[in-house]
Amino acid sequence: MTTALSTSLSLLGPELILAGGGVLLLMIGVFSGERRANRLVTGLSVAVLVAALLWMWFFGRDGVAFGGAIVQDAFSRFMKSLALIGSAVTLFMSVGFAKDERFDKFEFPVLIVLCTLGMMLMITANDMLGLYLGLELQSLAIYVLAAFNRDSLRSTEAGLKYFVLGALSSGMLLYGISLVYGYTGHTGFNEIAAALTGSERQLGLVFGLVFVLAGLAFKISAVPFHMWTPDVYEGAPTPITAFMAAGPKMAAMALTVRVTMEAFAPIAPDWQQIIVFISIASMLLGSFAAIGQRNIKRLMAYSSIGHMGFALVGLAANSETGVRGVVLYMTIYLAMTLGTFAVILAMRRKQGNVENIDDLAGLSTTHPLMALVLTIMMFSLAGIPPLAGFWAKWYVFLAAINSGLYALSVIGVLASVVGAYYYLRLIKIMWFDEPVGSFVPVAGELRLVLGVSAAFTLLYVLIGGPLGNMAQAAAKSFF
Amino acid sequence: MTDWPILSTVTFLPLVGAFLIFLIRDDGASARRNIRNVALLTTVFTFVLSLLIWIGFDNSQAGFQMVEKTDWLDSGISYHMGIDGISMLFVILTTFLMPLCIAASWVSVEKRVKEYMIAFLILETMVIGVFCALDIVLFYVFFEASLIPMFIIIGVWGGKRRVYASFKFFLYTLLGSVLMLLAVMAMFWQAGTTDIPTLMTHDFPESMQYWLWIAFFASFAVKMPMWPVHTWLPDAHVEAPTAGSVLLAGILLKMGGYGFLRFSLPMFPDASDYFAPFVFTLSVVAIIYTSLVALMQEDMKKLIAYSSVAHMGFVTMGIFAMNAEGVQGAIFQMLSHGLVSGALFLCVGVVYDRLHTREISAYGGLVHNMPNYAVVFLIFTMGNVGLPGTSGFVGEFLTMMGAFRANTWVAFFAASGVILSAAYALWLYRRIIFGALTKESLKSMLDLSTREKAVIYPLVVLTIFFGVYPAPVFDVTTASVDALISHISQATGAADTASLAK
Repeated sequence: MTTALSTSLSLLGPELILAGGGVLLLMIGVFSGERRANRLVTGLSVAVLVAALLWMWFFGRDGVAFGGAIVQDAFSRFMKSLALIGSAVTLFMSVGFAKDERFDKFEFPVLIVLCTLGMMLMITANDMLGLYLGLELQSLAIYVLAAFNRDSLRSTEAGLKYFVLGALSSGMLLYGISLVYGYTGHTGFNEIAAALTGSERQLGLVFGLVFVLAGLAFKISAVPFHMWTPDVYEGAPTPITAFMAAGPKMAAMALTVRVTMEAFAPIAPDWQQIIVFISIASMLLGSFAAIGQRNIKRLMAYSSIGHMGFALVGLAANSETGVRGVVLYMTIYLAMTLGTFAVILAMRRKQGNVENIDDLAGLSTTHPLMALVLTIMMFSLAGIPPLAGFWAKWYVFLAAINSGLYALSVIGVLASVVGAYYYLRLIKIMWFDEPVGSFVPVAGELRLVLGVSAAFTLLYVLIGGPLGNMAQAAAKSFF
Repeated sequence: MTDWPILSTVTFLPLVGAFLIFLIRDDGASARRNIRNVALLTTVFTFVLSLLIWIGFDNSQAGFQMVEKTDWLDSGISYHMGIDGISMLFVILTTFLMPLCIAASWVSVEKRVKEYMIAFLILETMVIGVFCALDIVLFYVFFEASLIPMFIIIGVWGGKRRVYASFKFFLYTLLGSVLMLLAVMAMFWQAGTTDIPTLMTHDFPESMQYWLWIAFFASFAVKMPMWPVHTWLPDAHVEAPTAGSVLLAGILLKMGGYGFLRFSLPMFPDASDYFAPFVFTLSVVAIIYTSLVALMQEDMKKLIAYSSVAHMGFVTMGIFAMNAEGVQGAIFQMLSHGLVSGALFLCVGVVYDRLHTREISAYGGLVHNMPNYAVVFLIFTMGNVGLPGTSGFVGEFLTMMGAFRANTWVAFFAASGVILSAAYALWLYRRIIFGALTKESLKSMLDLSTREKAVIYPLVVLTIFFGVYPAPVFDVTTASVDALISHISQATGAADTASLAK
């Protein structure tokens, strides 16, 4: 029994690093005084996240732990890398902002570490209970983070709104899990799949499936469970918005893929039609609703709704190519999101940060490089080749066409043309309009993120091959 | 030297130039001069290199030459470049027009010279890539990526309604292209590859061909542009800076016609055969209707833009006549139109730079103080009309001959379009050049400067040269076109016998 426990624990190396690190950092923060705590803890948090990442890359093994509740495979390793990179980079970007906007409390990095731990558990979960535990840990940390700027009314409102709606979705998820348990008698994904194979499909189980997917759709902010996204994105402090767009989205998408591909694989046609619907609805809403937005964070919220719709196109295909498409989509989306939010964080005048898209007017003359990066990001988000965003769409639609989902594909690409309109409008504001005043010089850490994400987006055509192979290996985990 | 990747060199050389310009700090007149010089040198050097392609080109070979192939990305996508008789001259046309465009914007573009030149050089890379790509995904990448620099060119250096025009241009073309993207994916799953030479020999099921054809048609018809999806073109032309219009008319429109020849005809022969009457109808409507519209224009650029749509109608008509004369004529018409309409836009640019208006009514009697300009403009007007002895005649004549073989009525209506084109072109010429020089603002206008002569005279020479002696072009295209035609007739003939056998 002890050997079984130690093997199980050894598989959980990165998670243990994060858990131990989080607790330790809390102590360090408490005992090292208000003044220098934040910078120290932030630096150490980034170190902890990077350590977990390196551990996973160099010592990570495949296997099943705790009687099948936790699974480590190529897919989980890939998605956890994304989640860790997303968390580490957003934390790194937030240093200057937190200081300038006076919310540099040491709890901030600690909460991010704990939230990341929740995401890791979500990605590795192979059991409904593990899923729920990871999801709740992640969500609770984010509720606090969203309301972190206590003096701001909008931030508190965002936190409260997210909490109330998030609690509702957790309830739905839990209800769905209990229904699934009731009709199959299991909580483990593999056992559920085994119970479903061969047996007749029961209506109650489909209800359970719908509730589970509703709860997950809330986490990836897919229509019709997207209502919270624009308000929370706008209200939360910008680094936290960036974090929400980068980290938890990866984890929730990975979780959705695993639940559908493993637990509910035998009843694929049932969940496929649900995914097709939320995918179409998300793409359309993301494209049309963003047109009227003037606040760049709200705009990015609708943009992320749309992009989750595009990623789900790959999942709807229910094939290895499809999962590879989702994995690549999330990778590329991560790079684009981080780059875009780095620009948003750099939109800073002497009086403070600005968020209106008209503040970007004439950016190409006042800050040519920043404008160049944002232009690359926008064309990429719009899916124009040769930028990375095009390849993301290429892989998911490739899978959809192979699975015969023609209507979904046509609606999807047409939605992407509508979406291109508002991305182009940002470019128009930066390039065609007259400048309205300049921003303060961009901080060093933001420059780094801007450069790396732009290089990734621009040069994906050169590095896409190896990355595609890795994604292919990750997708193989399910087949 | 034989295995030197000349196509990639020519394609990506402008990108190197763009990068060099990127490194120059744009601060003052001398920096701007440097930027202009680098841009001009890069494009001239690219043109000289591209002549090596023509020299090394084997006219007798129908297949692809100078092929380069390496693995790129996964799932069967490869970096595959090569040219044949259909694509080679478009590459040359592009590299030839590019230095002229740079020279044409030497003084007229004063603000943000750096970004301007970078955009043009990137555009050159993308356009050459379109004509050299032998992988359909690579083709798509270049095809779509060319939208980015053109969007910026129209939007930043354009006229009053530039924002509207640039958005319309971008979204219209994107809308057409995304459907083609889905078709490309479907073809990949059907044939298991994205390699163009392989796809050309692949036999797509007939029912699938129709859908694929429609998807490709959506993209190329918008790009061409064909009536009724041509409305973006007049807007884009009017608002674009002179050099932008030259490129748009000279090269970007040709990507549509090239696409028909490269994809629609050889890959979906049955569908092309089936839809040919439909294309004929649209072409004839385009030729007659847009010629009538051109008659009524008040704006010089808009008039030439509509005449472009009419001339592209001849191209689509020739392509879908699906015989050697028609296709040869279509290719020649595209090349000739690239020279003539590009030159016409340059001519408009000449007077626009002086008076800053494109209203036809603002001009008149220019022959009195701009004799050189009057002669040059006359030659290109005649080329636009299709007068024998200019390159415009050869293309129009051949496409009509091809159409006549396919369908007499189509040729009849197209020929009446020629008369209309003479009407609008000559009337435009009369209003601008002839008459008394009464307007005060025109009296001080100077004739062509040395720089403008250097830009326009080469085009004059080529317009007349190819009008009198078109053989160099046909030498290049004949082998590939014949192979294409025999491939189509084989495929459609086989389908006919198969349906008879049932």
